[in-house]
This record gives sequence, C-alpha cells and structure tokens, in this order.
Amino acid sequence: MAAVPRDGTGARSATARAASSFSRATAAASPKPAIPGVKHGLNGAAFVSSGIPDLDRILGGGFQLGTVVMVMEDAEAPHHLLLLRNFMAQGLVHRHPLLFASPSKEPRAFLGTLPSPVSGSKDERPRMAPGLDPDTQDHDKGLRIAWQYKKYFGEQQSSELHSRDCRQEFSNDFDLRKPLERQLLNGQHINCISLLESPNLEVLQDHCSAFLSKLPRNDGTIGCAGRIAIQSLCAPQCGYFEMDWDMVSFIRSLRAMVRSSNAVAVVTCPTSVLPPSFIKRWQHLADTLLSVRAIPDEDKDMAKLLTGYQDMIGLLHVHKVAQLNSQVPVILDATTFSLKLQKRRTLVLERLNQAPVDGSTGSPYGVPGSSGSSKCSSIDF
Amino acid sequence: MSSNASNFLEEALEIGGGRTIGGRVVLVEDCVETSGAFVLHHLMKRVLSPESRGAVLLLAFAHPFSHYDRILRKMGCNLSSQRESNRLQFLDMLRMELPDQIDGEIKEVGFQELFSKLQTAIEVIGERGNNDGGITIMIDDISMLETAAHGCLDQILDFLHYCITLTSEYGCALVILSHGDIYSSDEATGLLSSLEYLADIVVKTEPLATGLAADVHGQLTVLNRGSLKDNGYSMNKFRNFHFKLKENGAEYFYPGSRKT
Repeated sequence: MAAVPRDGTGARSATARAASSFSRATAAASPKPAIPGVKHGLNGAAFVSSGIPDLDRILGGGFQLGTVVMVMEDAEAPHHLLLLRNFMAQGLVHRHPLLFASPSKEPRAFLGTLPSPVSGSKDERPRMAPGLDPDTQDHDKGLRIAWQYKKYFGEQQSSELHSRDCRQEFSNDFDLRKPLERQLLNGQHINCISLLESPNLEVLQDHCSAFLSKLPRNDGTIGCAGRIAIQSLCAPQCGYFEMDWDMVSFIRSLRAMVRSSNAVAVVTCPTSVLPPSFIKRWQHLADTLLSVRAIPDEDKDMAKLLTGYQDMIGLLHVHKVAQLNSQVPVILDATTFSLKLQKRRTLVLERLNQAPVDGSTGSPYGVPGSSGSSKCSSIDF
Repeated sequence: MSSNASNFLEEALEIGGGRTIGGRVVLVEDCVETSGAFVLHHLMKRVLSPESRGAVLLLAFAHPFSHYDRILRKMGCNLSSQRESNRLQFLDMLRMELPDQIDGEIKEVGFQELFSKLQTAIEVIGERGNNDGGITIMIDDISMLETAAHGCLDQILDFLHYCITLTSEYGCALVILSHGDIYSSDEATGLLSSLEYLADIVVKTEPLATGLAADVHGQLTVLNRGSLKDNGYSMNKFRNFHFKLKENGAEYFYPGSRKT
C-alpha cells in the first residue's frame, strides 16, 4: 500500500510537497487509480485537503474521508468562514461533488466569495529543488511555459490547463482576494440548500443521504470524494429552538452516513447558543474538532508576548484529530496555531512563538518603547 | 508484551489470572480529550482470548465493524473469525433510530425491539455452547443510545435495568462506555449518576492536568466496589495510574514511574 507516513508529511518543506505531488501524478498509471485530491495514509485512511496546506500538515494529511469535522465558531468573528471557504474551493478545484447548506436566503451567493488558487505560486515559492530527476523538471518546465503564455490562449483552453495543473496537486494555496473562476462554480455536482427553507432538519438529512448515496465506499476502491459543508448549523436564524435533541440526532446520523461513504462533512456551529451538555455531545460526535478565535486588534500585552502579532488574524485550536481504525490518540506538538494572512492573500498557520524575554527587565527584546519601568512579568516562574 | 501478562488495568478490574468479570457491571467514563474506548478494546480482547473462552455481544452505536476489526487485529485478535464462530455477536446500531414520537409509547416499542435483539443474540451464543467464560455485553456508547432516544431518560434506565437482570440470569457482564463530561453541568446529571450507582466498577479516563503529552496519554481511575464479603462489609478499592496507548495494547504505570 502506498502509505504516506503521518509524520513524514510534517517534515516536508513546500518544495518536497510539490515534488511528491508530481511523482504521484506520473504514477497514476499504476494499478491503484489515483483520484484527484485524495491521498492515502495509514490505517486505511484516505485524506482530502482542507484547502489550507498547513492545516493538512498539522492533521497528518488532511481531512479523513468518512469523518465529520466540526469547527466551533467564534461568537463575534466570522473566522470559521475562512476555513469553510478554503475547504469548499479546494473541493471545487478538484471537481469533487459538494453539498453546501447555510442559514442564508441565497446559499449559492456564498460560492461567489470562494477564493481562487494562487496561480503565480511557482514564482513565489521555489517549487523546484535543484537536482530533482529530469523527468519531473521537464514536466514542470512545460507547464511553466504554458503559464507564461496563458494570456494568448483562449478562455476555454486556459481553464483546461488550469484544472489539469491543479488536479496534480493535493492541496493549493488560495488567494483570498481573487474569486474562484466562474466555470468552476457551475455544474451538476454542486448542491446548495438554505437552512431557512425548512422548519426541521429532516429535509437537510434527506439532502445529505441523497448526496452521500452517490458516493458509496467499497473497501479498497474509491470512486470519487465528496464534500459536505454546513455553515452555522445551530444558528438562531435557522429557528431550531427547543430542538437540541434533533440537532444532535442529525449529527449522529450524518456521522453514520459519512462513515460508510467517501465524503467529509465539515460543520461549523456557534456553540455559544447551545447548552453546555449539548456542546459536549457535539464534541464527542465530531471526529476532528477545531475551534477558531479572533484576537483583539490592539492588545498591547499580547503583542509584547507573541512575535508577529500584527500579522495574526486569529487563533486556531485543534482539540481532537480523527482516529479511525486506531485506538492511539494523535498527540500534536502544539494545539494552538495562529491564523495569518501571508502577503494579505494566502492563509497560513503558524505555531505561536513567544518573543524572547530579556531576563533583566522582564520585557521582550526588540519591542520599541518597552523600558525597565514597564516591568510586565506576564510569565512568572 | 505477552497477552497473559497481567497489568494494572486487569488487576484493578480483578480479571487477571483466569478470573472473569462475569456478573458485574463496569462503567467506563471518558471525556472529549481522552477517549476511553481502549478499555473496551482491552476487555474485548481479554474475553475473546483462547484462555478465557468467553463471548462478546457488542452493541455498537459509535463505530462500524471495520473500525473494531482493524483495532483488534492489531492487538492480535481476529474479530471476523470470532464473529463467524459466534463468539462475537456484533449488533450494528450506527444508524439505529428509535421511532421519533413525543408520546413515549412508540419509543418503548423501539427499546423492546432492541432488548429482544439482545436476548436473541444471547440465546444464539448459548446454543453454540461458546460461553464457558460467560457473555460480556458491551455498549459503545450509551450517550448515542440517549441521542437516538432523544434523551428519554426513563426508557433508557428501564432498558439498562433489563440488561442488568441479564447479569444475574445468565451471568453476563455488562460494560458500558459513557462520556462523563456531558453530564458535568448541573442541567443534565441524570443518566450518569444512575449509571454510577448501578456500576460495580467505575473506570474513569482523564487527560493529565498538565494537558496532553506524547509519553503519557492520560490517567485512569478505577473504583472497584468489590463484592459483599461474608462478614457483610464491601471493600472499595481505589486505584489511580497513568497509561500510554499503543497499537497493540497499552502500557500502564504509576505516576512518574514510566521507564523510557
């Protein structure tokens, strides 16, 4: 089995990642058919990308097929949408079937806000390590030339090229400022439903089961990978009052359905509206549990404590990583990561770095205006 | 680690050295941070091992068969062949829905069906004479049953009482996985306190107070109420130790005594 070791992916740099995806594409003719955007791992796991390469690395490969990923929202900020957008956009780039449910009147309008893959990534990130085998290098060169002359191609051709290029990648970097190409948003494989239309969850459940019935899981062979994205499931505007049990029950049946199909379900929920015992129930039902939190703009103490505070837009916390077919829990080196926008475009996750503290003054180095008088000992040993 | 070697968990449960948990009720309480499912896996392996000659009846609400199969295979126990030889009765409850009605009557029907399934399964095991080591009924996990029943506490407690009658009638053991943290808030303590009252042995898994670590995956607290002695006193035994999970089992050790 072409097992990708959990830890191995973590050690890889961006260049190695690119190289591996190329070798995978050339190996597509091997007996195991490669499905676009699906990667195999240990314990019979198959992963799809979350749309954020760093998150894939942290989770040991990506979101596992057959699991439910829950994102606990920040009560005040829409950071969960960043994760949801990248997840959906990555799926559309790979042409995965998508089911999107949202508590807005026009759920399809959300598709217009999806980010587009970074097209000039080859210039920004040195993808080519010197001394790679010539085959892949040639392959890349051909693509590079094609990209340079992209403007001379017709619309149709370039999009074809585009999708071909993206298909070879497991995950893309997404440019949050550029909307996803229109033609990727149309098609039979995209289903959008509004949670406002129905007073109960049965309709949503029927949609999910109809969607998942097209993606059955037979051991060994994977036809196609599907993605379900549900935005703000228990939001007050859905009107699911006094329906706590129905919602838990829905998640449970969603989980059961997803387990037997080739799909990942990402559900975001504003947990602050749920009673505490139900929050725990939801958390137990989730296979992968993440939470996002906004950080205040001008928190001087935090700015002193953490390097790169200015670039941070929020924090991502990994509570639980899916452990299918294994009893050994995944222990991460760090569970809290800072969400940053690199060059104001792409989403990156970084471990929190504490600024080195000057022992004599107790204030971090390199922070202008921090003198001995402002002896802020935020860490007491 | 050989399968015969008794470890802290087995000592605490008093199942080492050929003893079984027959006739007792074991409650495993876990939390979001530290799953307690491994205790179930361990007991399953123990009961199905050639020495103990027991049978397992697994009410699986949480995972499909392939999940348990893969895990137990790595621990050296082939569930598929055990299932064929009828030593494992696997009831797939992943998609079970109890008919959703406000008036409790129809729900009761659902529970009755569930219990009759359970009884049939026990009879099937009994017919084949595979239960020299007793039958162990496992519920993974009870909170899912609660969800399926939309929180109908009375019905669940009735169902549990019926299950407990089986422990005296057939000498079955009952192992229940539950999530302790769901019931930690004041609003919903009902089920857990009843379960704790019914259980002979309570096993709690918690993360370390200092958070997750790669070397120590959590701590176990085992409260063994023991059986009533001749003189009418029961001995409560209380143990606490740390564990580290591995694919083929788990290591148990006293706090701070892990050998690296």
